[in-house]
Amino acid sequence: MIYGELGDSRTRRTVTGMARLLRALRLDGMLLSALVAVSLFGLFVLYSAAGDNTALWFSQFARIGIGFTLLILLAQVPDHFLRMLSPAAYLVGLILLVIVAFAGDIGKGAQRWLDLGIIRFQPSEIMKLAVPMMCAWYMHQRPLPPSFKDIAVIFLIVILPVALIAEQPDLGTALLVAASGMIVLVMGGLSPVYLLGGVAVMGAAVPVAWHFLHDYQRQRILTLLDPQSDALGAGYHIIQSQIAIGSGGVFGKGWMNGSQAQLEFLPERSTDFIFAVIGEELGLLGLIALLVGYLFIVGRGTYMALQCRDAFARLLAGSIALTFFVYACVNAGMVMGLLPVVGVPLPLVSYGGTSFVTLMAGFGILMSLHSSRKLVG
Amino acid sequence: MRRVRIKDDALEQRMFIQRSLFAVVIVALIALLLAGRAFWLQVVQHAHYLELSQGNRARIEPLPPNRGIIYDRARRVMAENTPAYQLELVREQAGDLEDTLSRLVRFGLLEAADVARVRQLTLSRRSFEAVPFLLQLDDEEVARYAVHRHELPGVMLETRMARHYPYGPVGAHALGYVGTISEDDLVRVDRERYFGTGVIGKTGVERAYEQVLLGTGGYREVLVNAEGRPVKLGAGADAQLETHEPQAGRDLRLTIDIELQRIAEEAFAGRRGGVVAIDPSNGDVLVFASLPSFDPNGFARGISRSEYVALTENPDQPLFNRVLRGTYPPGSTVKPLMALAGLENGVIRPEDQAYCGGSYSLPGSRHRFREPKRGGTHGAVDMRRAVMKSCDVYFYRLANTLGIERIHDSMSRMGFGQPTGIDIAGERGGIMPSPAWKKTAFSTREQQVWFPGETVIVGIGQGYWTATLLQLAKATALLATRGKHYRPRLVRALADPATGAIEEKKPEALPSIELKHVENWEIIVEAMVAVTTGGTATQAARGATYSIAGKTGTAQVFSVGQTEKYDEKEVAERLRDHALFVAFAPAEAPKLAVAVLVENGGFGSSAAAPIARAIFDAYLVKAPQ
Repeated sequence: MIYGELGDSRTRRTVTGMARLLRALRLDGMLLSALVAVSLFGLFVLYSAAGDNTALWFSQFARIGIGFTLLILLAQVPDHFLRMLSPAAYLVGLILLVIVAFAGDIGKGAQRWLDLGIIRFQPSEIMKLAVPMMCAWYMHQRPLPPSFKDIAVIFLIVILPVALIAEQPDLGTALLVAASGMIVLVMGGLSPVYLLGGVAVMGAAVPVAWHFLHDYQRQRILTLLDPQSDALGAGYHIIQSQIAIGSGGVFGKGWMNGSQAQLEFLPERSTDFIFAVIGEELGLLGLIALLVGYLFIVGRGTYMALQCRDAFARLLAGSIALTFFVYACVNAGMVMGLLPVVGVPLPLVSYGGTSFVTLMAGFGILMSLHSSRKLVG
Repeated sequence: MRRVRIKDDALEQRMFIQRSLFAVVIVALIALLLAGRAFWLQVVQHAHYLELSQGNRARIEPLPPNRGIIYDRARRVMAENTPAYQLELVREQAGDLEDTLSRLVRFGLLEAADVARVRQLTLSRRSFEAVPFLLQLDDEEVARYAVHRHELPGVMLETRMARHYPYGPVGAHALGYVGTISEDDLVRVDRERYFGTGVIGKTGVERAYEQVLLGTGGYREVLVNAEGRPVKLGAGADAQLETHEPQAGRDLRLTIDIELQRIAEEAFAGRRGGVVAIDPSNGDVLVFASLPSFDPNGFARGISRSEYVALTENPDQPLFNRVLRGTYPPGSTVKPLMALAGLENGVIRPEDQAYCGGSYSLPGSRHRFREPKRGGTHGAVDMRRAVMKSCDVYFYRLANTLGIERIHDSMSRMGFGQPTGIDIAGERGGIMPSPAWKKTAFSTREQQVWFPGETVIVGIGQGYWTATLLQLAKATALLATRGKHYRPRLVRALADPATGAIEEKKPEALPSIELKHVENWEIIVEAMVAVTTGGTATQAARGATYSIAGKTGTAQVFSVGQTEKYDEKEVAERLRDHALFVAFAPAEAPKLAVAVLVENGGFGSSAAAPIARAIFDAYLVKAPQ
């Protein structure tokens, strides 16, 4: 902020009024502005990616409204209430996941949806927040760094929902949920010995995990190694998205002018592969701008976590902020051909309701945790 | 001694700060990696990707497999692939799809009624796929396209292999046809396998053996410019392009004898009906004719709405497969089977005589079941004479003695009331009535009661009993082999054109019928021979150099199926009985079993039997043995 420009008294009054309002609503102005900015950027890109389908654009617009409303509402919930709620939220989520496994709807070949008559939703979305809440709840009652027993319990808390989600099959969400729980563990002071040991065990587990993967999931990993081997099928996505990004150059082909995107060479261009549309139409500059936006959100979120008053708040806030970054880099890595194709949307930008709303709920919780620190001074 | 750990918030906070710093470093590193990857793609490799995307880009062009060729039993080609021009539409190149479609209509390349179908078709495929919509263009249409080509972006004239049926309507109901893949078809097949393939088997053998005939598609990469036209770069660029050769589908060898089929169809002389001829020794179907037929080439070419409507609204129903799906009362053709059931159940002996006074009444009832007008009275008849003269009274009495349950059991064993299991889809099973069946077929209590009178008319193949021609031919083959039984089949072998490997299909034996008294077979066969030598079919069998065992029949027509108006003569014609004839020959060593039905043909002896005779003559006398 350039304070020299605030010489005019009316401007100053408006600014301080705004600050007061934000404080009353327990919101963080900087984080909120960044979220709004990235969301608007997303809407801008989606307008181009959606092509003739303006209905899709409007429905995303509406979802953004719902998301921010939820953020503001959740920011009003006191932190001790969130803490109290954590085990219940986790249990309910787990039960819903079990129900989905036996009675869920099948959409796009995977069993993820639960139909409650009025609304259909994916219980795995609840878990994106319930798992870090549960982990933070468990750890805040115990002295940190966590003992071996605590680590084992956390591991169990994480692995149950992750296994259920991976079996749906929804590998992308399963990875994100696992990451959110593991981040809590690492932020809670997991000893570097365990950390390195865990990485080693995971490396050793790759052949075992390979055995349990679905055929299409294996195909995706193989395709990453050699996209041309399956140019008509799974490799098609990666080849086309890299062509889109690469052909965009530094400045891009211009908004609404990406030939890959607009001629429909690029699949899933308004959902999982929208990152490629940005790369093609807005170029390297567009991608860097988005990356900077993301980094700001993560940085601000982590900073807010540092200021929280107790272990629960710190761990949960840190996990929400850092998991957000995992989202972003998994999607960007997939679209740029660094990671296998897993169905993870680009946060705040991809079309798709549940993902956006869940993210906003997380940031609402983050703001609540941050604001609650002031109550005790 | 165990040290008790206590929560130390200051320590935890310090640790959290330390961990946060660690996390921030990791985040920064990953962000750098992502930015670096973007830099690599967008700056370092930019020219390469730009070339791929803008000026020239590699497009994947499908190489559709050759569909398997279908031969008849003598290796005559019944379905082949011939080069033909077809029009294809690529949605992403068409610009405004609606505009393109309306232009196609204006230039006479598409019927207005077909626009919706082509639109659906195009939208159901991926935007870069070429969707064939007019399959076999004639010279005039090619010329018209050439004139308007520049006004039709995204519409391309391609030479592709198209399905051709050299015999046209002959045998069309057995062979079936291919047509453009509809959205419904895409639901039941693997879409990827049809990349570049425009047609799919719709009925008959073409449908039942679709997966065998289809083959495996290949593809090649071609460089195309922004408008999608293929371009040539240097040899270096071409070398990078991949080609995967397609694999042709397997050829089929049918059991059909197409020349015999043609003779059978011509013998109908324009009348409606159907005929099945089966080799009793293995279930091979040599003739499978449903008339009137239709030209399957129309469908392979991409039938227009108006042509299709003309076929479906034709009162003669050329698309209706009378052999597979027509269910008719079998009439007197079942009398030999009824006689066999009587003998086996021990309720009659061949020499037992019954008096035929022209009508039959159940004990205690005054209702008279009559002989048909022309039969009159037969006097005292034994079994042989009853079959030979087709005496209804004898069989009314026999049916009443046997009772419906025993009739139902015997006839079910011979295949009535259930599909024969022929290797094409859509077959109907007809009805073999019984009190149990009546309970499920009717809803009210009064309708569900089985009356003794209903048993009586089942004795002459009327009442609720309906059968398909396939069932009648199969039951006749069963008499011919004296109890041996095979599932009828249309395909006898599959051949791989690449390797030349031939997979012969074994005849599929069904449980054979074992009689308690084997001599009963000969008693029945002898009675059927009598039918053609002095009985009801004498005229049709006159002069034959081999012996025929047969049985005539007529099936009553209860009502005119259609509500359309016909002139009076026409209505009278359509109310006439269906003529039936079943036979096998030579009677002592049967080579062929036949079932014929002529719709509204009147009597089986005069309308249906000569058709069977024509088939026997062609197969047994003229054909080299």
